Amino acid sequence: MAIGWYLTVSAIIFCIGAGGVMVRRNPLVVLLCLELMLNGANLSLVAFARMWGSEDGQIFALIVMVVAACEVTVGLGLVVAIYRRRLPIDVDELSELHG
Amino acid sequence: MSAVLFFIAAIGAIGGAIGVVMLRNPFYSVLALAFHLVSLAALFLLLRAEFVAAAQVVVYAGAVMVLYVFVVAYVGGGEQVASGAVLRVLGPLFALALAIELCIAMLGAGLKGVSSRGAPYIPGFGTPSHIGRLFLTQYLFPFEAASILLLVAAMGAVVLARRRRGLEADEQTAYRIEAPRPAYTGTMAEAAGVRPRAGDEPLKPEVEPVGTTTHDATRQQGGW
Repeated sequence: MAIGWYLTVSAIIFCIGAGGVMVRRNPLVVLLCLELMLNGANLSLVAFARMWGSEDGQIFALIVMVVAACEVTVGLGLVVAIYRRRLPIDVDELSELHG
Repeated sequence: MSAVLFFIAAIGAIGGAIGVVMLRNPFYSVLALAFHLVSLAALFLLLRAEFVAAAQVVVYAGAVMVLYVFVVAYVGGGEQVASGAVLRVLGPLFALALAIELCIAMLGAGLKGVSSRGAPYIPGFGTPSHIGRLFLTQYLFPFEAASILLLVAAMGAVVLARRRRGLEADEQTAYRIEAPRPAYTGTMAEAAGVRPRAGDEPLKPEVEPVGTTTHDATRQQGGW
């Protein structure tokens, strides 16, 4: 398959994730949609690595996976902290930092 | 053959992604994401990225998903039906516009490499030994930075999610007052002989049991 097909799939996955971040209200699902966006970017990185025949893009994809794991860890820690304080788990209502 | 595999994996990946966004129950969203990740690993294999595919399955679909499942099981609950905010309408439109724009930018660019099947590659392309050699020679600094980032994130998660005494002080005192006290548990009144003798009616706890108090009410009201 030509590389363009992979890039199209990665663009579609990225946009589904972006739409999900805007539409969903549960922070857990927002985090999942962020994962989708990072995975779309990962797929395009790996596709470009294949296009050039060099492995540098795969290294970047692995680093992106590390960053995604860190983001998930901290984000889920925040969700647990919100739950402990009995605050509503809803990104629309958690607006105290909104200036 | 590779075209058939590509379409199966691509449909799986896109279907999983749609499932993550569409499903109401967060638990099913997590399962859909796991399916999406496994399909994406198949796409990585088709692009000759063996190590990335293995890391995707082991680290992502294994470890990170377990973390998600635990937190969803701890926090639980479904989601209310989304209200009619402006973003609910504009979000999908924006995503669609972004998808069209990205496709035009990538496929309409006329780059030769995009429509090719990829450059010729050396025999061990994407194997763990090659990736490991690159990580320990050319990309040593990103590798070390990533390990420090992981350490910081692990410590941050522990600090964020631990039980804080200061923040929950009010709650703890409330709990102590409201806790049910069963009869005959060694209070001063019992020691002074106010305790009923045999034949009298048994004492009843003065407070209603915990569980029906305000905390649970506020928790249910939270509505997420």
